[in-house]
Amino acid sequence: MIPAAAVERENYLNASYGLKSWLLTKDHKRIGLLYLFTITLFFFIGGAMATMIRVELLTPQGGMVSSETYNKLFTMHGVAMIFFFLIPSIPAVLGNFFLPMMIGARDLAFPRLNLLSWYLLVIGGLFALFAMLAGGVDTGWTFYTPYSTTYSNSWVIATALGIFVAGFSSILTGLNFIVTVHRMRAPGMTWFRLPLFVWAHYATALIQVLGTPVLAVTIVLLLCERLLHIGIFDPALGGDPVLFQHMFWFYSHPAVYIMVLPAMGVISELISTFSRKAIFGYKIVAFSSVAIAVLGFLVWGHHMFVSTQSLYAGMVFSFLSYCVAIPSAIKVFNWTATLYKGSISYATPMLYAFGFIGLFTIGGLTGLFVACLGIDVHVTDTYFVVAHFHYIMVGGAIMAYLGGLHYWWPKMTGRMYPETWARLSAGIIFLGFNLTFFPQFILGYLGMPRRYHVYPPEFQVLNVMSTAGASVLAVGYLMPMVYFIWSLRYGKVAPANPWGATGLEWKTASPPPLHNFDETPIVTHAAYDYSTVPGEVIDFG
Amino acid sequence: MGKLPLFPEQASTFAPDVDHLLFFLLAVAAFFTLLIFGAIFYFAIRYRRRSHQELPAVQHGAMTLEILWTAIPFALTMVMFLWGASIYFREARPPADALQIYVVGKQWMWKMQHMEGKREINELHIPLGRAVKLTMTSEDVVHNFFVPAFRTKQDVVPGKYSTIWFQPTKAGKYHLFCAAYCGTRHSAMTGWIYVMEPRDYANWMRGGESTGSLADDGAKLFQDLACANCHKADNHGRCPSLVGLFGSTVKLTTGGTVTADEAYIRESILQPNAKIVAGYAPVMPTFQGLVTEEGVLQLVEYIKSLGPRPAVAEGAR
Repeated sequence: MIPAAAVERENYLNASYGLKSWLLTKDHKRIGLLYLFTITLFFFIGGAMATMIRVELLTPQGGMVSSETYNKLFTMHGVAMIFFFLIPSIPAVLGNFFLPMMIGARDLAFPRLNLLSWYLLVIGGLFALFAMLAGGVDTGWTFYTPYSTTYSNSWVIATALGIFVAGFSSILTGLNFIVTVHRMRAPGMTWFRLPLFVWAHYATALIQVLGTPVLAVTIVLLLCERLLHIGIFDPALGGDPVLFQHMFWFYSHPAVYIMVLPAMGVISELISTFSRKAIFGYKIVAFSSVAIAVLGFLVWGHHMFVSTQSLYAGMVFSFLSYCVAIPSAIKVFNWTATLYKGSISYATPMLYAFGFIGLFTIGGLTGLFVACLGIDVHVTDTYFVVAHFHYIMVGGAIMAYLGGLHYWWPKMTGRMYPETWARLSAGIIFLGFNLTFFPQFILGYLGMPRRYHVYPPEFQVLNVMSTAGASVLAVGYLMPMVYFIWSLRYGKVAPANPWGATGLEWKTASPPPLHNFDETPIVTHAAYDYSTVPGEVIDFG
Repeated sequence: MGKLPLFPEQASTFAPDVDHLLFFLLAVAAFFTLLIFGAIFYFAIRYRRRSHQELPAVQHGAMTLEILWTAIPFALTMVMFLWGASIYFREARPPADALQIYVVGKQWMWKMQHMEGKREINELHIPLGRAVKLTMTSEDVVHNFFVPAFRTKQDVVPGKYSTIWFQPTKAGKYHLFCAAYCGTRHSAMTGWIYVMEPRDYANWMRGGESTGSLADDGAKLFQDLACANCHKADNHGRCPSLVGLFGSTVKLTTGGTVTADEAYIRESILQPNAKIVAGYAPVMPTFQGLVTEEGVLQLVEYIKSLGPRPAVAEGAR
């Protein structure tokens, strides 16, 4: 039964009704939900393509679809997942919703710009969707020249324009976060009282603002080359195709950190809340986010060890890639140390956090393999790399996104999700993920190249294992979709602070009032000071 | 189906080196995976929440620990870096006596040209135990020459020459893959490397239709394209003599110099105005579109054959 007070209290969801009140909203919380719907759509589009890829790879001959279709499937899987799901995922949904609340602000610094950035993502997404429906694009999400400029007969321009427009969405979100963190912190919220989620988003925002314009420039040059043959990348006109790779990875490597830094921010919140301890080495974890953001700009050439880039450039990029691995390792050690003598709960978000640490550890450690020149020459462009970056981007970023979604679901919707089903889904995803991607490390070292529609028969057993895992993973991803929707109507009503967490977002009602706080909070303690929280944890499970 | 291979064959001198490095990294990765997983499992059970009111004692960060778990991983990664870089360095430095073979990649086939004139498509026969150096280019998009059993690969880029080398250690038939996505039939751009006992290799080289050597083909092309009208051997033509050019240092009108390697000769044929030899006018037309990449390779080989003393070069043939 729902208490009458909970129904009548005004909050951001019931403050106004109708489509217009959503499409023209300037409320960061509603915009966060708009993003949630949008990227969920792209997640399932990208997921459907992944499913077709895995089904196709059950047999080595490639009988289900043509090579042309297969190439379009993996290209559009990458484009949908990276540019329209992963890059916006945590920042634009959870960051949008919670960054202002965590610092005690009523909204982001530029609410209209925030709405504009959602529209830009939608417009970019429509370009990409149009390209997919019109016939697709087959260049790979990397758009390497001169294939993309001269040889591909697919919808390169529409897709690239979609990414171009969506890039501005990312830039504006980053800009908004930077200004908000600088200017809108509540009284007493000093830099070193900020939750680590905010630090991580600040570091991410720096990359979004500084890196994404380079992607925009690269896309413009790509379009000029394709339409006007100006000779920047085309060797027949005196251009250099490898230049494109430099420009592309100058954005796209830091983009990996756009996906994983916010995930690390979420994990810091989860680990702290569900062990009731301050994050071990708070300042070091905070600075390691900034270190990753800065060093992340200096390692792009490790994608190009066999590209004909100079021998010595290869060595410098390998060295710097090892340097950027260290702050990530430090975070993992500090999270683990936080658990020591904690009060550890096995609530679903914590299970996702454990899953994240496990998968991110494997993804990070295999990163040492691909940063190693002698090994990368053998494994680059093989399934080893595919497995490695899925461990980081799916195992890492999506586990954290789902963990965060469960953690903040009560705050966003005012309802609890069903705990048993949710724990089950976390387990299934962890299991399915490892079944899908672990065999791909072996496939890669054996030498199976990525983006292969037809493959030698000796690779079949491992591919069948991977596809079997993918079907488990698909079930794991569909479950939250179902029970989250179910919980909107049937879930238990959530109290203000169901987890006994310390963040300011838990000091207001669930769901929050339109302006987040009834009165501006005044901060007197460091983040994660659990002596300030009465143990009002509800009984779940 | 049925077979479950777990480790690739070792068939080049690089393969055991790369695999040893892999084992070192696997050991480090296994250690840290067990450490982290073990610690999480232990802490999660040992310190599980027993009451909702529980408030753990506040723990302060420990600088010693932070330094320790920064320094140890950093030291380990530096071992990985140096070890990996040393292999990479060797992979980039083919021995001087390596057997030279030319490779042209195009959508979606590999064309190999042996010095002696033998040509192959999607197959490459090489002798066991001898270092082999491939000089490669592409006629269209970026390809990648990848032989897993040799643990090495190299992009094949239009507009430039790249090289790869390996020394096979085991006779047999090995996969050749294109590892850089190159369009619709990318996964069909595969072939086989046949590593043969030197005797079998010599027999193979003698068999089949006998064509002229690569340099002979180049000489023919040199006449057909009327290069000899200007590039006269006695240095009195409108253009510089090409005798003894290869490997020499060329003075340019800009005042700089350039070493006449394959890439320079290729550029001078396709983009003659890019670098002008000091004392000559930019009168040469471009041969872009008039000569294929294989033709350029034949010309390069012909120019190489015009050694320092023409008489010796003639005599050698």
